[in-house]
Parts: sequence; C-alpha cells; structure tokens
Amino acid sequence: MSSLGIKDLLGIKGLSRKQIYLVLDTAAGFKDVLKRDIKKVPALRGKTVFNLFFEPSTRTRTSFELAAKRLSTDVINFSVPTSSFVKGESLLDTIRTIESYGVDYIVIRHSSSGVPHFIARHSHASVVNAGDGINEHPTQALLDAFTIKEKKGYFEGLKIAIVGDILHSRVAKSNIYCLRELGAELRIVAPPTFVPHGIDSFGVEVYFDADKGLKDVDVIMMLRIQNERQEGGFLPSSDEYSRFWGLTEERLARASQGAVVMHPGPMNRGVEIMSEVADSTSSVILEQVTNGVAVRMAVLYLLNRTRVTKHV
Amino acid sequence: MIILIVNGHIIDPRNEMYGLGDIVIENWKIKEIRYRESKPGQGNPESEGDSFVQQFPESPEIIDASGLYVMPGLVDMHVHLREPGYEYKETIKSGTMAAVRGGFTSVCCMPDTKPVNDNETVTEFILRKAYAEGACYVYPIGAVTKGQEGRELAEMGMMREAGCVAFSDDGMPVKNSLIMRRALEYSRTFGAPVISHAEDIDLTACGVMNEGYLSTLLGLKGIPREAEVIMIKRDIDLALLTGGRLHIAHVSTEEGVNAIREAKRAGINVTAETCPHYFTITEDAVKDYNTDAKVNPPLRTEKDIAAIKEGLSDDTIDVIATDHAPHHRDEKLCEFDSAASGISGLETALPLGLKLVEEGVLDLSHLIRKMSLNPSDILGLDRGVLREGSDAALVIVDMDSEFEVEPEKFVSKGKNTPFKGMYLKGRPVVTICKGRIYDFRAERP
Repeated sequence: MSSLGIKDLLGIKGLSRKQIYLVLDTAAGFKDVLKRDIKKVPALRGKTVFNLFFEPSTRTRTSFELAAKRLSTDVINFSVPTSSFVKGESLLDTIRTIESYGVDYIVIRHSSSGVPHFIARHSHASVVNAGDGINEHPTQALLDAFTIKEKKGYFEGLKIAIVGDILHSRVAKSNIYCLRELGAELRIVAPPTFVPHGIDSFGVEVYFDADKGLKDVDVIMMLRIQNERQEGGFLPSSDEYSRFWGLTEERLARASQGAVVMHPGPMNRGVEIMSEVADSTSSVILEQVTNGVAVRMAVLYLLNRTRVTKHV
Repeated sequence: MIILIVNGHIIDPRNEMYGLGDIVIENWKIKEIRYRESKPGQGNPESEGDSFVQQFPESPEIIDASGLYVMPGLVDMHVHLREPGYEYKETIKSGTMAAVRGGFTSVCCMPDTKPVNDNETVTEFILRKAYAEGACYVYPIGAVTKGQEGRELAEMGMMREAGCVAFSDDGMPVKNSLIMRRALEYSRTFGAPVISHAEDIDLTACGVMNEGYLSTLLGLKGIPREAEVIMIKRDIDLALLTGGRLHIAHVSTEEGVNAIREAKRAGINVTAETCPHYFTITEDAVKDYNTDAKVNPPLRTEKDIAAIKEGLSDDTIDVIATDHAPHHRDEKLCEFDSAASGISGLETALPLGLKLVEEGVLDLSHLIRKMSLNPSDILGLDRGVLREGSDAALVIVDMDSEFEVEPEKFVSKGKNTPFKGMYLKGRPVVTICKGRIYDFRAERP
C-alpha cells in the first residue's frame, strides 16, 4: 500500500491505526533520505504545493516548504495577514483563485476551525490541514508520534502527559486522537479553565495537579501558553501558571526514568518550561523539528493524487 | 366579491370548534361559517351540500377545500424582515411573500434593522412599506433601548402609538439589569410586552455552537446553556419585581423551560416562545461545519428537545415562532466562526410544527393555537380567529402533501436552512389575507 486512500488530511479524527502507521513507516524512509548528501527525491516532480497561511507561522510553513521541495514539487508560499479589522476578499474567492492556478496541494493554516474542510469541499486539490483554529493540527501529532516511536519504540500502554492549554490547543486535540488510536495511556495536566468540555469522553485522565499528573509518565508533552489568555480570565498570570504547571527539573524527576520531554514550539522559556529542562538530555524538542520534515513528506506523498490536470 | 371555501375541515382554536364546513367571505370579511357536521354540542350541524353553493347567484370564487384544512392565518411573533437597511438579505415584500407561502398572515418584525427601529419614524416607514408592498399584515416590534445599545430607553410610547406591538432588543440582550428593570416598569404604561433575548453575552464569549462534547470534537468554541438560563431567570425575577409583561424569545434549553414553568406556577406574568429548529434538530446538524445550522441560541441536544416538547405540551411554552433570520448566501458560505447566525424559517415552520401532531406531542388545534391565537393574544392583535364579521385572514392546508425542502425554491431571499433535503409533510395551498388570494396549488402539482 502506498497511499492513505484519502484525498485530504483534514485531521487525525477518523484515521485508523493502520493509516497512522503507514505515515510513520513512510516517514522513516524519508528521514533516511534527509540524512543523505543529496536530500531530494523526484517523487512528486511536476506537482505544485500551495502553502496558504492565514496565521503567522514560521516553523510549520518552513517545514512544509522544505518537505515539498525535498519531494521536487514547486512550492508557492502565500501568507494572508488576517485581522478582524482588515476585511480582504472572501475565503471562497481566495480558494477559487488558487484553484484556477491548477495547484495539486493546498496546505492551509487558519484561525477558524473547519476552514480546511470548507476548502476541501470547494477545491479539487489535496488539502492538508496545517492547523485550524482550536480544532486540529494533524501533521504535528504525526511527527510527535514519529518521535515517540523513535524514542520509545512502542505506544501500547505508554504513559503520556499533555500539559497546558488543552482548551485552545489544536496540537493537544490531534495528539489525543492520534495517541489514543495508537493505544497510549493519556493524561491531561492543566488548570480547570484549560480543560475542554466533555473531555471525559475522549479517553483521557485529567489532572489539575501537575505533580500528581506527571508521576511515572514516559513522555511529557508541553504546550505553549499564550500571554493573551490572562485577558480571557483563564489565568491570573504567567508567573502563577509557571509556579503550578511549569516543567521544572523537580517536576521532571517525578516522571519515569528516561522520560522524554516534547514541545511543539515556540517555547516560552521560564513559563511553561524551564531552560534546564528544555536543554537537558531528556528533551527531544529539536528532533521533533527534524522529524517534522520527514513526516510532512510522507503525508504529501501518501495522499491520493487523483487530480486531473486541466488542459488549457 | 364573494369567496366560498367549500367542504373543508375547519379549525377554529378560539372557539375550540372543528368540523367539516363552508366559509363565506364577502368583501374580505368572513360573512358566515357553516358547519356541516361537528363534534357533539358544537356548531350548528348542516348537511345541505352543494345546494349551499347554488344559493349565491353572482358566481362567487369557489375554493374546493375537500380533504383540506381551513384554519386562521398563522401569526409569527418573531421574524427579521431586514428592511430598512439590509435589503440584500430580505425585504418587507420578499419576507411577507415567504410568510403567506408558509401559511402566515401576520408577522411581527424585530427592530434590528439599519437604522434600528427605535423611533416612530422608522416604525412608520415599516408600516407604510408593509401596507404598500407587504403580502400579509406586518406588526413592528420596537427597540427597548436606543440603537439597541442597552443604555437608554427608546421612545416606547411614541413607537406604541405609531403601531409597535411589543419591545425587544432581539439579537442582543438588555445586558444591564437596571435598564431591563426600567423597561419592564415603563412599558406597563402601554400594555405591550418586553420580549427578552435571553443571553448572557459574557458567558457566550466567542462561542458559535452549543458547548459540550461535540464542540470540543469539532474544535468550535462553545456557548454554555447557562448563557440562556441565567438571563431567563434574571428576567423572570425582574418581571416579579416590576409586574411588567415579560415574554421570553426562542427558548432552547431544558433548564430554560423549567425556569419558565416554575415562574408560571408562581403566578409571574411571563410567556414564552420556541422555534421549530429547537424541537426538531440537535447540535449534530453543525457537524461538518454546516453554517446553515449556525443559529443563536445554538441548537442543543436531545434532552432539550424532549423538554421543549414537554413545555409545549403543558403550555409552559405558549408560542411557536420562527425567528425567521434570512441571510445572504455569502454570509453563510464562509468560515464557520465568521458565518452569520440564523435560519430562514417561514417556509418550513408549519410542516415542522405538524410533526409534533404526528408524534402526539400536540393535537392539531393545540398546535394552531400556538402558531396563531396565542401570539395574537400576547400582543393584543385580534388575529388567529375565524369569526363571522372578522377580517378574512386564513390558510388552507393540505396535510398529506409531502415535499422535499429545496431552499432554492424559497421565495424568501434567505435560503439558509438546515432542513435542506429533508422530507416534510403538510403545506399551505391557499392563503387569504390583506384582500388577496394567494393560490399555491398550481405550482405544487
């Protein structure tokens, strides 16, 4: 099998364990390619990838761009600054315009949940969700799973804690779907204001107390705390967050021997994660970045490329 | 001009009369209602059949209502006609055409136009326009506060004189409890109810659908049910404090129904409405980011549907209104977060109501009362009646006509409905009002 059997990657929701493993296994092959002197394969030569980013992003966009280039595609980056005050053209008009260019892939990031689904309905191109609102960020979850598999070798029964603003985190959501499907034991560690409604139905254990939540876990995934959360009344201050939920060396010591620390970046050093931890041997944060390219290559490679090129 | 409606099942919720009969309309007034047979002790039995028609020499207009139901024109106390200001969404003309097509002969339009209907000039504009272009009767609802901004009371008395039948800041709550208190007090002078859009907007925050498992699954921000419940309770308490006339719009939650039931038991002067979408579909309709199912208050859950049905059945909820909220397609064909809230409801309300009859929640007469007589009584309109001497505003319904909801065929400019593709049963074939016969039989074979 060399295809996921789907046109778009809109989320992890709905992916089977088999499909996830296919991405991870394919990514392993691409990771080998990335270690070579010449890091490029002709797998998707002649295809066009359109990076459509409605939210500022350096890492994800760069990672997708590199992945696409390593597969020999032509890449176009298109960033639309969105602000509620600047009302540009409608999303549908933007999509129709891109559709008219005849692109094969649209990689989309948008602050509004469901936008990738909307684009998939209105475009022939394969749509890859690079983060939509507070919904999903599937390639991040896949690269996290890839990293865990490399470090730990298995998922079944592995104890993983996700720490931080689960409510607003698409990274957390995709990771929950992905790691649950792979059989890991998941914990959510967060203040109650960051715990989404109905989380009990997602098969995770919720801990408000970080010291308890991190006890004996094999993997710690930290999430970025956004400063503006104070204004929404979610947190009194980042100092207080740091004191109760920040990952210090002492808290890390409560985890199991050889536990790994992950972070999707960019980090707020001194807030959710202390430098001593981020730069320690437990940290696999930079490896996540490396793996991101391989995993995104795998995703682009494995989506159904059924688009019929329009003859002009 | 004489119109004869012959051999229909007549339903008159005011007099609790129903039976086979004929109605004579002369000069757009109901001249006579003759029952051919009726329930024991009701009406005057007649069985003269076709000879009835022959007694009118000057060839009247005859509508054969055999197998059809004849009822008072429906009254919708909650619509958005969008004019003035948002004519691209709907006009008084298109909205009232949608109304008569849906069996409504009277609609009450909310003040959230541009400019807001917060003064007698706008009220007069709406009434003049409705008189000239409206297919049915239009009763404006004035704003509670100037500009619907929740700060100063609007000129309720002047608007009342100009023809407003109630006051509401619908679309927005009256957030300030003191202003709401004053509104309930002051409006007592004019005997018009204050209609509460019950929503604590701080709790709503940026929410776009019902808060719960599904909102988390879809990654959409949730609106907790408490946003509605807390405001319903506040307004009930203020109604008790002031003795004002309170009507709660678009109830969507079980707890809201319960709060109103308790208030009524305690003798507080409160009435309430719900809308067809709140007793027909759940938040599941939002799946796949369907913006046509984005509405405020949001679609809830099965338990809320059950509670609303119970509330309708035991008369905790007096009225079924549509909250007809037409929008332009561009306002729905976009990101879910940015999409406009609202459902174009006039052309599906009656068949959705009739589902309640089929399910045994309400009997037909009870349903029609909630869609005509009750809103009329709450607003003092003298509508919702079939009475000799009264204005001819009635609708003839084919209960067996099954159809697919095809929004593109709506006469409303708003094609935004989550019921698209659903098969419904029962629709108006003839609506008579405002000195006209709207005959939909030809277009519906």
